[in-house]
Amino acid sequence: MQTEDTAHIEGPSAYAQAAELELRDVRKCYPGQREPAISDLSLRVPAGEVCVLVGPSGSGKTTAMRLINRMVALTSGDILLGGRSVLEREPRELRREIGYVIQQIGLFPHQTVAENIATVPHLLGWPKERVAARVEELLRLIGLDPEEMGPRYPAQLSGGQRQRVGVARALAADPPVMLMDEPFGAIDPINRGNLQDEFLGLQAKVRKTVVFVTHDIDEAIKMGDRIAILREGGVLAQYDTPKAILARPADDFVAQFVGADRGIKRLSLTTLADVRLLAPNGQGPNVQRVSARASVKDALSMLLTAHGEPLAVVDGDDRVTGLVTLSHLERLIAEEADGEESPVAVASGSSAADRDGGPPGAP
Amino acid sequence: MLTALPLDAAGPVIPNFSAHSSSCAVQNHLFCVDWVKSNWGPVLWPALRQHVLLTLVAVAIGFAISMSLALLAHRHRWAERPTLLFTTFLYTIPSLALFELLVAPIGQNVFAAEIALVSYTLLILFRNILTGLRSVPAEVMEAAEGMGMTPRQALLRVELPLALPAIVAGLRIAVVTIIALATIVYTIYNRGLGVPIHSALGEGPFKTELIAAGGMAILLALFADGLLVATQRLLTPWTRARGT
Ligand SMILES: Nc1ncnc2c1ncn2[C@@H]1O[C@H](COP(=O)(O)OP(=O)(O)O)[C@@H](O)[C@H]1O
Ligand SMILES: [Mg+2]
Repeated sequence: MQTEDTAHIEGPSAYAQAAELELRDVRKCYPGQREPAISDLSLRVPAGEVCVLVGPSGSGKTTAMRLINRMVALTSGDILLGGRSVLEREPRELRREIGYVIQQIGLFPHQTVAENIATVPHLLGWPKERVAARVEELLRLIGLDPEEMGPRYPAQLSGGQRQRVGVARALAADPPVMLMDEPFGAIDPINRGNLQDEFLGLQAKVRKTVVFVTHDIDEAIKMGDRIAILREGGVLAQYDTPKAILARPADDFVAQFVGADRGIKRLSLTTLADVRLLAPNGQGPNVQRVSARASVKDALSMLLTAHGEPLAVVDGDDRVTGLVTLSHLERLIAEEADGEESPVAVASGSSAADRDGGPPGAP
Repeated sequence: MLTALPLDAAGPVIPNFSAHSSSCAVQNHLFCVDWVKSNWGPVLWPALRQHVLLTLVAVAIGFAISMSLALLAHRHRWAERPTLLFTTFLYTIPSLALFELLVAPIGQNVFAAEIALVSYTLLILFRNILTGLRSVPAEVMEAAEGMGMTPRQALLRVELPLALPAIVAGLRIAVVTIIALATIVYTIYNRGLGVPIHSALGEGPFKTELIAAGGMAILLALFADGLLVATQRLLTPWTRARGT
């Protein structure tokens, strides 16, 4: 009973259509609980986008994920995957088509890294050679040497490596949708930053529809094409692109949740490559250089300590493409704030390009 | 009665073993190799084989029952308490009393012997198997479920392998216990190393048979325990994989 939107095709990028995911008036009341854990939640995640569910502890983020793969039964409403209700699907068959990464990772301690990654392909009855080839491909994709790391047990890995293996295991059968429940929550800040960057790089290659849960708004801003902010009781407070949420929080709850420094956070979403620069005009030799991939926020920070000197923006080949000064940045920020006053359509069209273009570059 | 026993009796002290008597038996040495040699075939070897068989059957049946009960209690918590109560009760019955109790309805046969032995394995095995199944981390089971394993697949591929160290620990205690306990099976069923041990006790100061048969029971227990340890090491390579 597989339809073309959920069938398995070889190779990580072969999933021509990552499936669209839609929640319609979803409600979940746990038996014996007075308040619903999820109240009338509706949101649509376009195929191939990362939707971050963010909200305080107990706001129903985990419940929302488990409703999608039917580990928790819906009270009312419907969830559509690739246009088809998950309620029509046999739960276990459905789960094998949805990659699932949990916070504690849950690698099988008695199985090697390779065996762990092969879990779903085995359940699906893939032939041995195909499984082995897929495991090797995935280990390379997450930057682990198949020869060295494949035969290890989870206890022999670092925390970051375990997390990568957890992601690889979820990707193994090339699912159209990935659910990631606080996947980097237990990792130290430096490694978390690396894992986030790696995952964004990976996502650029495999283009899955991803539902990513976190309680960290900075992680949400960094990872999400769209962010759904949940409040107590699983009520959707706002669903929009990171930029729009930072520019126009829907209410006090959202404003408080994103933090008083949302003006600064916004600047971290735009890179120098995205903004209009001043023409390079034979600047002095000791002017500081900054990569065009750096965020406006980083540039601002550098300018504040540059004693009034401009910054030279350089491209990947170290050629100067333009200049920025403090007053120029000020002007840009004011212009953008004015532009944002016009209402932007909510949750429509692709906004992948709105995201931070990559890790902040040198210097 | 002990004081009346002539410790340095001049004549042969084992009239009923005269057929197998040798000079050292007659002279009543502490341990008599000749006696062991001549009695290995007719007495000791058959007793050892019977002993191994009694133990294997009891542990195998006990394991099957305990595994079923532990799986039930693992899925349904309510089953744990009554099972524990019942198996603890069986475990506390004095063994000689249990043997005698079983003879009345069943008779002096292999069934009475095995039922008694099995009932002493249940508590040990049930508790260890259940502990093992419950020691599987919740997130591991969540991952198994989330990846689409059926409960049966999760049991066979995840829970049982991870419970293996605890299960083997239970088996080791059960096997050693039953090997020791099987030496009193002779009271209702004339089999096992208990038979020569018992007859040696009736032989006064002649100690060779007691030492030989008792020593075999000890060696058998040590050997079985070592075998289980080796098996576990083979089956659970991940328990030794630590660090890089
Ligand atoms: N299995 C369950 N049974 C009853 N209540 C639950 C269960 N799981 C979660 N809840 C309740 O539902 C609410 C949302 O929980 P959860 O989805 O785990 O939130 P989050 O992941 O955002 O922290 C909480 O109030 C929690 O106590
Ligand atoms: Mg949670």
